[in-house]
Amino acid sequence: MPADPALPSHPVLKLAAIGTLAGAFSGLFGVGGGTVIVPLLIFWFGYGERLATGTSLAAIVLIGLLGAIAQGGIYGNVHVVTALLLAVPAVIGVVIGTAVQQRISQRMVSILFAALLIGIAIELVLK
Amino acid sequence: MSGDEVLAALICMAGGFTGGIVGVGGGVLFVPALTIFIGLTQVEGESTSLLMIVIVALIGAIRQNSYGNVNVRNAIIIGVLSPLGVLIGVAIANHVSERALQLSFAALALFIAYRLIRRAMAAPA
Repeated sequence: MPADPALPSHPVLKLAAIGTLAGAFSGLFGVGGGTVIVPLLIFWFGYGERLATGTSLAAIVLIGLLGAIAQGGIYGNVHVVTALLLAVPAVIGVVIGTAVQQRISQRMVSILFAALLIGIAIELVLK
Repeated sequence: MSGDEVLAALICMAGGFTGGIVGVGGGVLFVPALTIFIGLTQVEGESTSLLMIVIVALIGAIRQNSYGNVNVRNAIIIGVLSPLGVLIGVAIANHVSERALQLSFAALALFIAYRLIRRAMAAPA
């Protein structure tokens, strides 16, 4: 399946806004950055769903790393062995998920993302 | 392995799968797996989930990069600038009621979901 066409370089300020918003939302609502990064890349930068979700995952590596270092280093709340053991099935899941994503339409990715957002909204209201 | 541990493993696999499909870290499923089935506190669950998210997002990003779906430069800019936002978010969260925050994010999530669905329906297949 062909990737999206080559990208023009984007204004750093818009990216900075996405990074800051993703961080702010995770600080405000305790949700991960991905729920913010993916729609903003789609609506502000015109990314296709696959490019938006792939770039989001790469950004999350950094966001999570900085957060985990702060939590683990400062507060000692990270259960490392538990995380590593449960990361095994989770990694199997993400490898299957990314492979499946290449075989479904980008429109379907948008609809699945919308379904996730609706689920999160319901969970927040019921809290 | 106890039944609860098997369930936690299955939920984490579903979390990773969700992350791969829609580009999120999977914490939305990792945290309940860790708190409900492993018995961690909410803070421990969220912190431990962060480490899992890093591993899952890294493997997911490597896979997506091999499919040609990552703009590495833009991802780095977004990631590096996010801690600034976290500080702003935490500062705001300390001054606004948690319930108000939950309901406003729920409303925003529904609005974005509506926009995504409308856009998906309008786009050619």
